[in-house]
Amino acid sequence: MEFELSKPQQLLQKSARDLFTRECPTKRVRELMATDTAFNPELWSAVADQGWLGIHLPEEVGGLGLGTVDLAVISEEMGRACIPGPFLGTVWAATLIAATNPKSANLEKLNTGELKAAVALLEPDGGWDLADIQLQTTPVEGTYTLSGKKSFVLDAITADVLVVAARSPKGLVLVAVPANATGVKIEPVAALDATRKLADVSFDNVQVDPDHVLADRKQAEEALSKSLDVVALCACAEMLGGMQWILETSAEYAKTRQQFGKTIGTFQAVQAMLADMVLWTESVRSAVYYAAWAIDAEPADARRAVGIAKAYTSDASREVANRGVQVHGGIGFTWEHDLQLFYKRSKSLEILAGDSAYHREALAELVFDQS
Amino acid sequence: MDLGLTDSELKFRDELRAWLKANLPKKMVKSADNAKEYYKYLSDWQMALYKGGWAGVSWPKEYGGRGSSFIEQAIFQEEMALADAPERMGTIGQGLVGPTIIAVGTEEQKKKYLPSILSGEDIWCQGFSEPNAGSDVASLDTKAVLDGDHFVINGQKIWTSYAHIAQQCLLIVRTDPTAAKHKGITALLVDMTTPGIEVSPLKMMSGDSMFNEMFFTNLRVPVSAVIGKVNEGWNVAITALANERANLGTGLYVVFKRNLDAMVEQARQLKRGGRAVIEDPVIRQRLAQAYVDLEVFRLNTTRSLSMLNKTGAPGPEGSIQKLYWSELNQRMAQIAMEVLGPYAQLTDYDGGRWVYNYLRSRGNTIEAGTSEVQRNIIAQRVLGLPRSY
Repeated sequence: MEFELSKPQQLLQKSARDLFTRECPTKRVRELMATDTAFNPELWSAVADQGWLGIHLPEEVGGLGLGTVDLAVISEEMGRACIPGPFLGTVWAATLIAATNPKSANLEKLNTGELKAAVALLEPDGGWDLADIQLQTTPVEGTYTLSGKKSFVLDAITADVLVVAARSPKGLVLVAVPANATGVKIEPVAALDATRKLADVSFDNVQVDPDHVLADRKQAEEALSKSLDVVALCACAEMLGGMQWILETSAEYAKTRQQFGKTIGTFQAVQAMLADMVLWTESVRSAVYYAAWAIDAEPADARRAVGIAKAYTSDASREVANRGVQVHGGIGFTWEHDLQLFYKRSKSLEILAGDSAYHREALAELVFDQS
Repeated sequence: MDLGLTDSELKFRDELRAWLKANLPKKMVKSADNAKEYYKYLSDWQMALYKGGWAGVSWPKEYGGRGSSFIEQAIFQEEMALADAPERMGTIGQGLVGPTIIAVGTEEQKKKYLPSILSGEDIWCQGFSEPNAGSDVASLDTKAVLDGDHFVINGQKIWTSYAHIAQQCLLIVRTDPTAAKHKGITALLVDMTTPGIEVSPLKMMSGDSMFNEMFFTNLRVPVSAVIGKVNEGWNVAITALANERANLGTGLYVVFKRNLDAMVEQARQLKRGGRAVIEDPVIRQRLAQAYVDLEVFRLNTTRSLSMLNKTGAPGPEGSIQKLYWSELNQRMAQIAMEVLGPYAQLTDYDGGRWVYNYLRSRGNTIEAGTSEVQRNIIAQRVLGLPRSY
């Protein structure tokens, strides 16, 4: 048993950190935030060329054949550098397609970065519970037509492919449609984390190609719920990277900023905040890497492990971000300081794939009601 | 990153499982039932572990341990929790004094003291704190003066857990009052039956007496009882404290998990507002939060043992563990009160365990280094911030 990154995983971590530091310093993050898409083709290719978009998927479907721990390593580094762009939407869609329709021509193109994707799950009246998926779909001659609205769709604005979760009279249905299909309308919405874009997506009698019906009923539910575990895990790993950045930046600031003739890191009230930040960050590290390992190695325990990680990390990340601003004082509250990038990213990741209250209730059902 | 077990780790686990199946006590005795009976129950269990070769998994074989790794120590903790095994007795000896003797003791001291720590025959106490030396324990004032081949000791210790039942004490005293405060301290391994020790129990707010005052009047301790070197006892104390922080938490998951399970059971049984308390959405959130925090504690413990396996000696991360479990236990005790509602205040309800837990847990953020001291250590030794005092 070894509860730490292996040598190859440490190398992967280093190459990701080097690449992100080189290709996307925070100055670049800010430039991309200010665009409509937060998409940069060079950065996209740099990541895609490494194979990291399909790092956790089997080689047969164009992935790198590594595991969820390796995906977590990349996600952590993306969080640490606050990397903008539609990476997560594409990883999510590829995960779903690999689980449901591995022969899809789209899959390899997603893994190589030739195509970008988004998963349309949430609805105006819904949350992360699959029962909240109510977009109606009508079965016609072996395929479906879609009509209705999806909201808060991550990375839809840049997507070539939309994976849509809908409900037919027989249950849940998962389909893929081209983002430019007739009847699809994608409208950006303004959100606090500008490093990644959200959109409303509406469907007006959209015809689904029979080859792109991914799954229905039980298979659709299972694939969606497993993919949500992967996305929640990625969100946690990104938060971990962000927490590490905030912690290191705040500790460094406390060592240099002078007040009352002393560095503020001398004051116990400041030290106590930073010590709590260490505790939260290290605890998140334990929870995230256990969950990443469990997704591959102990699938029966994955739901519980991810629930624990997302419930804990969502709160801990927010606490660390709050303390980070407090340690910095006035400068931490400005647009000018990079803390704001990580602060907002933390908030959006807290919400993505279910916040802590959502996962606590899910765990209560899993652990208290069924045992 | 591989939390799967190797063949030898699997073999260890399976042997342990088989042993537990055959040796786990049939009857569960709870601490609140009867202190004497509980003490006997734990002593018997500790002796059974020792005879079975499971008492000191990561301790050297020649002193009664199993000579296994810290990873196997982690597996042991997991299996104890899974089997719902009783907690272990003699936490001070096993968690703090034993590892210190292993690290800095002489061969003779190791042979003399370690096996009886593991068998539970020797209960140890830790004579560190004094009325004027709490968090700042290096300012201790208990004096030891050399007289031939003995030290003559006069002074007072306080908050000494288990001194009233202990056979042995790891005692730190001032041997050079002229030196700087960290430089004139010596550590001694003291037989508690030596004349000149008076133990006076202190009553805790929970009503029971686990800790004590100790008064020394011309206590004569042979020079051979020195552990480490004369006037270099602060290093011994540091080793003991680092082990205390790192090790006290490792067995606690079992205890906390049992508490949480009992809380959930209470929430299923009790009714308020016409429904079972477990159906109250606020209580569900609170219990699930306890569950999340507890499971993260378990993962932290496993990860820190995995790190210890590489480094060999506990580092400042022990302070993270201490801070985590002490505050967790307090939060859990509070959540239990919320589950119980008006029953929370009844001192006889469910054997009195919830009132006891609630009151006893208040001490968790004070004993073994206050939360403030732990945060200082993390800030200074993990983050490299300047010393603040």
